[in-house]
Amino acid sequence: MTEESPEITPKADGVAGPAKPEPPPQAPVGPAPQLEPAADMPLLRIEGVGKTFGSFRAVDRLSLDIRAGEFFALLGPSGCGKTTLLRMLAGFETPDEGRILLGAKDIAQVPPHLRPVNMMFQNYALFPHLSVRDNIAFGLKRAGMARDEIATRVAEMVALVKLEGMEKRKPDQLSGGQKQRVALARSLARRPQVLLLDEPLAALDKKLRESTQLELMDLQRRLGMTFIIVTHDQEEAMTMAGRIGVMDAGRLEQVATPRELYEAPHSRWVAEFIGDVNLFDGEVGWRENNRLLVTTKEGVTLAVTEPRQRVTKATVCVAIRPEKVKLSRRAPVSDAANTHAINRLEGVVTDVSYLGGLTAYKVKLESGVVVRASVANTARLDIDAYLAGQRVVAWFTPDDCMVLEQ
Amino acid sequence: MSARSIFARPARLAAIAPYLWMVLFFLVPFGFVLKISLSQTAIAQPPYVPLFDLSAGWAAIKAALAELSLDNFKLLVSDSLYISSYLRSIFVAVTSTAILLVIGYPIAYGMARLPQRWQPIAMMLVIVPFWTSFLIRIYAWINILQHDGLLNKVLLALHIVSTPVVWLSTDTAMYIGIVYSYLPFMILPLYATLAKMDGALIEAASDLGASPGRAFWLVTFPLSLPGVGAGALLCFIPIVGEFVIPDLLAGSGSMMIGQTLWLEFFTNKDWPVASAAAVALLLLLIPPLLLYDRLQRGTLRGGG
Repeated sequence: MTEESPEITPKADGVAGPAKPEPPPQAPVGPAPQLEPAADMPLLRIEGVGKTFGSFRAVDRLSLDIRAGEFFALLGPSGCGKTTLLRMLAGFETPDEGRILLGAKDIAQVPPHLRPVNMMFQNYALFPHLSVRDNIAFGLKRAGMARDEIATRVAEMVALVKLEGMEKRKPDQLSGGQKQRVALARSLARRPQVLLLDEPLAALDKKLRESTQLELMDLQRRLGMTFIIVTHDQEEAMTMAGRIGVMDAGRLEQVATPRELYEAPHSRWVAEFIGDVNLFDGEVGWRENNRLLVTTKEGVTLAVTEPRQRVTKATVCVAIRPEKVKLSRRAPVSDAANTHAINRLEGVVTDVSYLGGLTAYKVKLESGVVVRASVANTARLDIDAYLAGQRVVAWFTPDDCMVLEQ
Repeated sequence: MSARSIFARPARLAAIAPYLWMVLFFLVPFGFVLKISLSQTAIAQPPYVPLFDLSAGWAAIKAALAELSLDNFKLLVSDSLYISSYLRSIFVAVTSTAILLVIGYPIAYGMARLPQRWQPIAMMLVIVPFWTSFLIRIYAWINILQHDGLLNKVLLALHIVSTPVVWLSTDTAMYIGIVYSYLPFMILPLYATLAKMDGALIEAASDLGASPGRAFWLVTFPLSLPGVGAGALLCFIPIVGEFVIPDLLAGSGSMMIGQTLWLEFFTNKDWPVASAAAVALLLLLIPPLLLYDRLQRGTLRGGG
């Protein structure tokens, strides 16, 4: 268990530089001014924020920086505190401790109606007694905008979400996808500094969800706005977000790009949460250059590449993604076997699941361990397919192995 | 013989049961009342001219039909006693409903905002008075409101008044009685509407810049209007025909239509006129009843 604090400043991004002394005082927050924070100052800085409900620690001293113009996803299982965190950003919950800095101003105690952020609600929360137009105009009217300005902005928003001709309809006369668009337009109308999206696509069916994901990304890029989305769907988070914060039990387990999360998870928990993975617990035997030899509990020795951050513990977990595991009828020959010290595991295919684009195999090793391998179906005919009961060699390179210390 | 028809029969019976009930206990008695209202008073037992005697055959019925008269209804329109009774009934009902709304809304709103586990208890407290007979509770109010009653004692003890106030036999006493008796009928539909309201709507309103007060007026209140309508009509309709409360608590100055009816029936023994008054009252209440029905349908559709 590396005691990595959930402080989020991924090395790769180099976001939070040395703390800047006092940025210039912020101008009074109007309906839409986009703050120009100092170049290396994040737009939103969450500092040691905690929230407890009764005896339940929903968010546990969490810190996170979000840059202007970023599409950030909070991903985690239900009850991990992601929604509570989002609600604290919107102002519906007040943190017990910590600060939420928007620009240079601590907004942790500011009531929701005075915050320059807007939220798109999970079930849209459209006002059922108001038309599409009045729903979108609701926030503009509260901001005291002039009547003709409101009309212009509403028309602009309606065009943005392609709802022309629907302005007079009531929410119950709209389809799910249309409601979603109205909710989006309504939350964007005030041009918030940060748009919070709480499971915005959960109520849509799969096809619509996929096209809407792309539209949301496109919209975010065009508007240059900062989006923070909460989702439990990892595919959705990976598709849309530039960076993902994976949460569990009120803490951030890891904050990274989708690729880093998948290919270089910090912990066993993240490796298991994001995608599928084969895990082998074992002891580090010996190391040479950047190569480690790990002997698993089952007695198999695996050659793995040592990560940049050197392994300090003796007990580690070797993780390998199923699609990195190759299958062949015989052990791969060629000199590659010597130079790359390929890991070879012999076993019997026990399960074959054809999934269209790929086929998932389960291979039972002599030790009883089951290794999962997924093979892309690159050919239409099944000449490459293996059958249940067939003896195969599952092999993978040391570079494809991830070493986890917890 | 499909399995469906076996179940269909009791189901169909259950479906027509309410209509049977209505026919038996409302439509048939109403027919009697209507019949009496078209007849003339007589010194007899019962005290009106029997309209027709079925045993006398078709000719007698024809003769009886020729005898039918709308005289009683004409009397209702021409005598200011009835018109003023109707007007007073409507005035009292409107005023009471307004007071009920002003008192009931905050209570229902407070109940709906209580933590989930307290709500059933609050609901119980609203319903508890029904455990005591309505009449006894009104008599209890007589006790409280009389010259040396509880209310005057408290007011005197607190030095709010120096001499006892006359409460009983005033309109104030009647309004107290009506508001007290009908409050649950106002609170329950309001509570039902407010409790099922999606809290996210209020959050959305505040997220979009509405202060808590604005959020209430722009979202909560308009969305509770079906409950307001249902509660108001549920109170207004029976208050118009209210008899016991004005009779026991109000003064004898002016009467509500219920009291006038009673007077015609039991003191004047003029059943035909009383029946005509009852029919007129019913006709008067049909529009608000239809309105209530429409509101209910709207709420059901909205909730579904």
